[in-house]
Order: sequence, then C-alpha cells, then structure tokens
Amino acid sequence: MMDFIVNNFNYFIYVLLMMVGLYAMMAKKNLVKKLIGMNIFQWSIILFFVSTGAKLGGTIPIIDASRELTANQYINPLPHVLMLTAIVVGVGTTGVSLALLLSIFRRFKTLDEDEIVRKLR
Amino acid sequence: MKLFYLLMVTITGLWLCYGVIEMPRWGSPNSPASVHVSPRYIEQSMAETEVPNMVTAVLADYRSYDTFGETTVVFTAAICCLLILSATRGRKES
Amino acid sequence: MITSQESIIIKTLSRFLIPFIQLFGLYVIMHGHSSPGGGFQGGVILGASFILLVISFGYDEVKKRFSKRNVMLLTCAGVVLYGAIGVVCQLLGGNFLDYAVLPISQPRSMGMLGIEIGVGLTVMAVMVSIFRDLLTY
Repeated sequence: MMDFIVNNFNYFIYVLLMMVGLYAMMAKKNLVKKLIGMNIFQWSIILFFVSTGAKLGGTIPIIDASRELTANQYINPLPHVLMLTAIVVGVGTTGVSLALLLSIFRRFKTLDEDEIVRKLR
Repeated sequence: MKLFYLLMVTITGLWLCYGVIEMPRWGSPNSPASVHVSPRYIEQSMAETEVPNMVTAVLADYRSYDTFGETTVVFTAAICCLLILSATRGRKES
Repeated sequence: MITSQESIIIKTLSRFLIPFIQLFGLYVIMHGHSSPGGGFQGGVILGASFILLVISFGYDEVKKRFSKRNVMLLTCAGVVLYGAIGVVCQLLGGNFLDYAVLPISQPRSMGMLGIEIGVGLTVMAVMVSIFRDLLTY
C-alpha cells in the first residue's frame, strides 16, 4: 500500500488539487472564490497532462546533436503543445469571467451567491 | 450542508484514486501516451519540418489548423470582454 | 482605476526594465524554432511588459497609446496574418497552411516564423485589451 502511494505520488497530488478546486467551486458562496476554485481545478488537469509526457532519461524536446534521435531520448512533445494552448485559453476564460463578475457586481452590488439569487426572484 | 459537499468531494477523490491503480508509473517510457504518435514526431520532425524544436514543429506545422482555432478563441475572448463591459456600462448610465 | 503613486523607485526601475523585458519577448518569439519559446510565450511576455508600464506609471499617462482602436487593430492583425499565410499557401497550389510551396529558402521554417509572429501579436494585444477593459470599467 505504501509502495503504491510512493510510486504514484504525482497522481495523488493532482487528485488532491482537484478536490480543493471542486470543494471551492461547490461550497464557497463568493463568486470570485468559485472562480479561483475553477482555476485550481484547471491547473490540476494541466499538471496531470504535462506529467504524462515525462520519460526517465529523456531530455527536453529540442533536438540535441549529441544524442541519438530515438523516442526514448526525448520526452513526449505532444502534451506540452496541448497544454501550451490550454494555458493561454485559460487566461482568456478567466478574463471573460472576471468581466462577467464585474458586470454582476455593478448590477447587484454584491458577489454573494445567495443574495444574488434572492434579488433575482 | 458543508459536510455534504465534503462527502461528495471525498467520494470523487477516492474514485479517482481508484483510477490511479491502472495508470503507468511516472517517467515510464512505455506509457500509452508515449507510444502511439509521439515517436513519429520525435524521429521525423527534423527531416520533415526543418526546425529543431519539436514543440514548435507540432504546434505550427502538424497541428497548425488547431493553433489557428486557438488563436481565434483567444481573439474571441478579447471581443467578449470588450462587449460585456461596454454593454453593462451603457445600461448603468442610461 | 489605477493612478500614479509617484514612487521614484518603481518608476525608475520599470523604466529601466521594460525595454529589456520587451527585447526578451521578441527574442522568445524569433527563436521559437531552435530554443524554448514561441508565439504564445513571447506574446505573454510582451503583454506583461505593457501591463507593468500601466501599473507603474498610471493609466492616464499611457492612455493615448492604449486606445481601443489601436489594441483591436493589433489583435485583428495577428489573426489576419495567420490566416493570410494559410491562404497564400492555398493560392500557390498547396493545402491550407502547407508551407512547402512558399517561394523562399527554407519555406517551412519561415512559414512557421510568420504564424508565430501572428500568434504573438494576437496574444500580446489580447492581454493588453483584457487588462485595459477591466481597468477602465
């Protein structure tokens, strides 16, 4: 059991981060805290994807003349490509959600979820 | 109610921990993510695209149409931000 | 809205640092082929340098250069540059974004550099645009 946890510690860290984000998204009443929880959730998934590309004994995916050109000598470039674009799109979604929160605050004068629902009735 | 949320989060976490049993070990060169399409990128990208940085080769050549979509998404995010804020500003002043 | 705080240390330090940050951003975009880097990363660095300019000098001093029209023009220019390279490849008889048909030396490398510049322009202008929108609200 202990061996299993030590060998796969990276996955448990991502599960822990994801739980933190999920709890913040469900339990917190402030909308900004929900947004922060969503960002933590997103980062746990990005870290998970990047870690699937790692290879022991591999170097960064830039061709080095002193190494032979086989798949075991370089880490997997595909997760890096996908997560590179995911990070920039994450910045875009965070900006749009902050803009929505600003307009919600201007209309309702609060960011508390229960008060907004009460005022909407 | 907080206890209920905590229970839900714990159940989800334990479910994902159960999924870890079948995951490959960290850094294993034979993990499923590293054997399907990436060996071709690593071994052929220099001959096919003439750039040494494989990440750029995959981003801007093999998957350039995908990157075009991502650029459009970022562009749309800027337009959305502009429109949301200018729309609600007008409503407040009127 | 952020106004100038008149801190001589912050102003002098950012006046000294911003050109180097922008130079590094351009380096990251231009050397995306042979070293770690590329359009997204360099664009974010360039955008961060402009944000540093605004938060250290105050928005009123740099308002003229951050007009809505200029920022939106840069954002559109990046996407249009990206699409235009694809369409040029199509007009020369290849597929969309198939750089091999471009009539220059090392066509694939140069085509990639072109679209990296497009991506960098878009990301830089989007960073500045979102920051400016949230700031002037």
